[in-house]
Amino acid sequence: MSRQLRTGLFLVSALGLGALLVWGLVGLHSFGNYPGPYGDLISSLTKPQRHTANAVTAVVFDYRGFDTLGEELILFVSAGATAMLLRETREYDVSDIVDPVRSDATRAFGALAAIVLFVLGLNVVAHGALTPGGGFQGGVVLAAAFLTVFLAVEYHAFHRLAPAWFSEPLESVGVGSYLVYGLVALAIGGSYLENVLPYGTWGRLTSSGSIVLLSWASGLAVCGGFLVIFGEFAQENMAARHRRSK
Amino acid sequence: MIPLQVVAIAFTALGALAVVLARDIVRQAILFSIYGFSLVALFLVFQAPDVALSSLVVGGAAYPLVLVGAIARVRAMQKRDAE
Repeated sequence: MSRQLRTGLFLVSALGLGALLVWGLVGLHSFGNYPGPYGDLISSLTKPQRHTANAVTAVVFDYRGFDTLGEELILFVSAGATAMLLRETREYDVSDIVDPVRSDATRAFGALAAIVLFVLGLNVVAHGALTPGGGFQGGVVLAAAFLTVFLAVEYHAFHRLAPAWFSEPLESVGVGSYLVYGLVALAIGGSYLENVLPYGTWGRLTSSGSIVLLSWASGLAVCGGFLVIFGEFAQENMAARHRRSK
Repeated sequence: MIPLQVVAIAFTALGALAVVLARDIVRQAILFSIYGFSLVALFLVFQAPDVALSSLVVGGAAYPLVLVGAIARVRAMQKRDAE
């Protein structure tokens, strides 16, 4: 295809796409004007119905809990696929590689940041029903704490803290307990993932019934899944370094 | 729309444009990280802290890191093949 033809084709399709976009944008409601009933309904219902302070978490782990299960399975499958693809081609055992970051200051602050991130992650998961956050957000922050150890401290330390035999079961237990809770709720309440636990007092750490439980389950799953992915990529790069040094 | 929101939108648009226009793949990954952080600011000023939190780690750090890791690996393999 010649350059001219390609440019012409691009201009025609860009014009068409632009026209569609403008047409769609013109039909939108004005900025900041929310017309739908669902957002208002949810924010007024989560407190009386579920004793949940954070409406977003109530939607994610209760009203729309089945959808979140699908999202967790997506992460589960992609972490598994990453591990399968990368492990297939690995030629060296890199668990004994010592690759410290050379700057002492970076290592010291990195270790400190990792500890702070870890506590913050636990905090975000635990307070999912009360403040912004929840299982997914807390899970990625927890994984980021381990990632900081790899980036700013030492590969060996990261490998020892989050080996595959730890991150893989962590992810599986997280996804598995989400699934199992769904079945338990099915047996007790009559529908899958129904919130059958006592709702507790609004504003407390234990409020919202099963939302807290599912938040922790997905926190473990997300943290484990990201650790599997990070671990594979880190090992892959260390294997390249291993080869270079030989 | 308050000015802060306008700034956040403009910054995100600039970031996205920079990612598309960058030719070098490593620079692209780093620019994507900056774009990820501008998205975090955007979510925050539009009062979506839940999304901002997950975007902070995924878009700002994890995804660019996986990209840079993959690029480094491919370059190492190319180097080996050339030798």
